[in-house]
Amino acid sequence: MIDRKWIGHELPASVLPIERSRLQFFAKAIGETDPVYTDTAAARAAGYPDLPAPPTFLFAAELDSGAAFRLVEDLQIPIARLLHGEQSFMYYGPVCVGDTVTVCSKIGDIYDKKNGALEFVVKTSQAVNQRDELVAEMRTVLVCRN
Amino acid sequence: MTPITFDAVQVGDELPPLQLPPVNRNTLALFAGASGDHNPIHIDIDVARRAGLPDVFAQGMLGMAWLGRLLTGWAPQSRLRRFDARFQGITHLGNAMCCSGRVAEKLEAERCVRIELQSANQFGQTKIVGEAIVSLP
Repeated sequence: MIDRKWIGHELPASVLPIERSRLQFFAKAIGETDPVYTDTAAARAAGYPDLPAPPTFLFAAELDSGAAFRLVEDLQIPIARLLHGEQSFMYYGPVCVGDTVTVCSKIGDIYDKKNGALEFVVKTSQAVNQRDELVAEMRTVLVCRN
Repeated sequence: MTPITFDAVQVGDELPPLQLPPVNRNTLALFAGASGDHNPIHIDIDVARRAGLPDVFAQGMLGMAWLGRLLTGWAPQSRLRRFDARFQGITHLGNAMCCSGRVAEKLEAERCVRIELQSANQFGQTKIVGEAIVSLP
């Protein structure tokens, strides 16, 4: 069983600089063909200051920083039993090349179903830019199959 | 692309579906690097086998990123207010996912639409269901 003491735990802040080559790599990896995501001129023509980070990109912040893997270790969830159950994003402002986004998360809840056969970890995150403007909120549900 | 307007959209309208090529190991390796998800269970068959799985499988966030492409191909990303996904099944090598969406509700006060999303493979197995809220001019 995952120790319930982790409810309320705050993860260390993860700082993600939004870089052009990374966004272009991400676009390639997901097969994105819309030039808004790879060509700065197309992005500007569409009204963005530079290439926008695609809708799910901010999930990278805590992967790059190691905070996401550290959490799984802290909770002692074996990687073979770990599943991503749900993911939500709420958007409040654009995130583009040149921005630096800081993601801060806490564990909102840990609960189980089916007499502990499945355990759920709910993580909520806030993402702010370099001007301290809230640009997105995220909610992640991790599932551990026991 | 002709901008989609709130008044022109009807409940039941379908987004143009997005058909993906079959998932292969190269797809997973590229997404591991680009997304920052270096969990070897998605890229190293030895790790997957030690975990009791027959082979590597796709990152959930790859499937969600594809649903994101479906959405931003329909309306500009700056219009996206909310995007939710529930991962219902593992996407295996060889699965060719089709992302689809339909307008489920018009939220008149906010001039937003609620889109129901789905990602299913060539055998009709649903792997992700989701929802999005999109603000329309």
